[in-house]
Amino acid sequence: MAEQHESRDESRDESTSPALSRRDMLAGTAGLLGGAALAALPRTSAGQAAPPVSPAAQSSGSSIAPPPPVPRPQVPLDATTMQGAPTAQLGARSPFHAPTRAPFGDTVGSSLTPLQDLTGNITPSDLHFERHHAGIPALDPERHTLTIHGLVDRPLTFSVDDIKRFPQVTRTHFVECAGNGRASYRDPKPDLTPQRVSGMLSTSEWTGVPLATLFREVGVRADATWFLAEGGDACLMTRSVPIAKAWDDALIVWAQNGEPLRPAQGYPLRLLLPGWEGNINVKWIRRLELGTAPWMTRWETSKYTDPLPNGTARIFTFEIDVKSIITSPCAPQTIAARGWRSINGLAWSGRGRVTRVEVSTDRGATWHDAEFLATPQPKSTVRFQYMWQWTGAESVLLSRATDDAGFVQPTRTALIAERGPATDYHYNQILGWKVDAAGGVSFFGAT
Amino acid sequence: MRVASMVMSVAMSGLLLSQAACGDRASSDTTPTTFASYDAGAVPGGPGAKRQYAIGSAASDSLVTRMNHDIGMDGAELPAGSGSVAEGAALYAAQCANCHGRNGEGMAAASATPAFPALIGRDPKGESFPFANDGKAVHTIGNYWPYATTLFDYIKRAMPLLAPGSLSDPQVYALTAYLLAANDVIPDTVSLDAARLRAVRMPYRDRFVADDRKPASATP
Repeated sequence: MAEQHESRDESRDESTSPALSRRDMLAGTAGLLGGAALAALPRTSAGQAAPPVSPAAQSSGSSIAPPPPVPRPQVPLDATTMQGAPTAQLGARSPFHAPTRAPFGDTVGSSLTPLQDLTGNITPSDLHFERHHAGIPALDPERHTLTIHGLVDRPLTFSVDDIKRFPQVTRTHFVECAGNGRASYRDPKPDLTPQRVSGMLSTSEWTGVPLATLFREVGVRADATWFLAEGGDACLMTRSVPIAKAWDDALIVWAQNGEPLRPAQGYPLRLLLPGWEGNINVKWIRRLELGTAPWMTRWETSKYTDPLPNGTARIFTFEIDVKSIITSPCAPQTIAARGWRSINGLAWSGRGRVTRVEVSTDRGATWHDAEFLATPQPKSTVRFQYMWQWTGAESVLLSRATDDAGFVQPTRTALIAERGPATDYHYNQILGWKVDAAGGVSFFGAT
Repeated sequence: MRVASMVMSVAMSGLLLSQAACGDRASSDTTPTTFASYDAGAVPGGPGAKRQYAIGSAASDSLVTRMNHDIGMDGAELPAGSGSVAEGAALYAAQCANCHGRNGEGMAAASATPAFPALIGRDPKGESFPFANDGKAVHTIGNYWPYATTLFDYIKRAMPLLAPGSLSDPQVYALTAYLLAANDVIPDTVSLDAARLRAVRMPYRDRFVADDRKPASATP
């Protein structure tokens, strides 16, 4: 059947793709954006293509071990005695700071934000965590479109420029992978860092158009109850979304922290469902179909469902539960000096605003209210702080957040009792850091 | 949360945006928390309530047809064609086994390769759906997946990894048939088509329950 060999859509049709064809990708001429991982495929003796291995993965491994120490930058002893560096087209970090995501190099995989290196609330865009199921697609904003169809009065296709003509809103929200924290829940080893514990969490200022505006534009019919969101990556990522989320706070965003989305975050358009698990915030969004039931895609059935000890599994667990993590001090630091220091970190909830964060310095025996460094915004992170005087005694630092939906972080023991030791996704147990008498800091997860 | 949103949307109905925004406590936003009443009449200079912006172009039938291959859980959209278990076994060996294993056992993550999920297996332990308690229990298709239609949809849209979209509908039926038969869900003799796939009921479909997380259960 000849039709079976046709491209299944425009983006795969080489004859209409002036910018970048699939043949180019496979020929390795488009090594950007991780496409090189598809380029050179070793053949096995059986003649099958071997699993893809990217050059980066081959050289670095997928190890999450910290990068080797960089020689300390050389600077003048007295910078006031000479002219400094000239202006430049692009800014760069101080050579004394080189935060990096880890691991990296997989097209089907993730890279984690170095939370221990960050301050304030916003994640620098180049450090936003990544989770891809088929790599980062290379998309031309002049050819990419968003089509809304199904149970609508006027099926419409929008160019990226069309989307930008609508009234826009700017909101600060986190995105967190539903699997964030699995290692610290299942196997809380002392060498875990904030990056390993919670690094699939990032916060950005997003700009886009409310999905409600687009749904009014196409005339969503009264009988539509769900919509399917489809991305333009190689797995055509699809998730089903209840329509109430569109009328609530869903966005189609094109900008992140003052500039276009990074390719890894969905350039040129992504669906943003504030407070909901990362996977359903479909990147590279190209199609929304209105319907009357969930589609039961692979990513909402085989994956992103939550087994329970009673032999069932929760399905469509959208909201990120209330969470917090102290990011300073943290492993693998050593606290060099006794005396006062700021304990601070991030708290967040997918159900609304964080209303309270408590800090314990004695393994949860006593709890003290922390302060917020900014007004907590709904479905966003907020940095909290509690001042602590270290006397040199062994201490365990923990944080516990509460949100305005009435949820409080449980202990790991309580969460395991409710969901089982091997459950998948939505880990929000209380955790923190142990400071030994020598000032050494290690992960503490046995709450 | 949903109740709170509904209350807010009712409270805001009929108000102009600038007035409604004041109710958003402790927020520096100038827009309301929800968009339930945020229509074209709520934005300064806009076309007015219940109007369209008239932005965008009519979605062409050909564009929608080219993109829309999703198969819902009732299988209503399943295409014509059929494929046998034997055909699927040959296809699996040629196009799938290298990542998912000759017997569908999957491949663990190594230093330079991601993990590829296990597909085949009906461990007797699976009868108790032990996944929350047993970290070694493998989420195979037969042990876990609630809908057979998902297999057709996913294989067609995303597999094989290095040539997604390259399989014909009969090939997708054949691979679906092979994977269902290898998981003891259908007999080896079946030639799968739309009607037969719609009739397949996965063994553990009833194990999936709605999200009932509650504040009380999360309190230590």
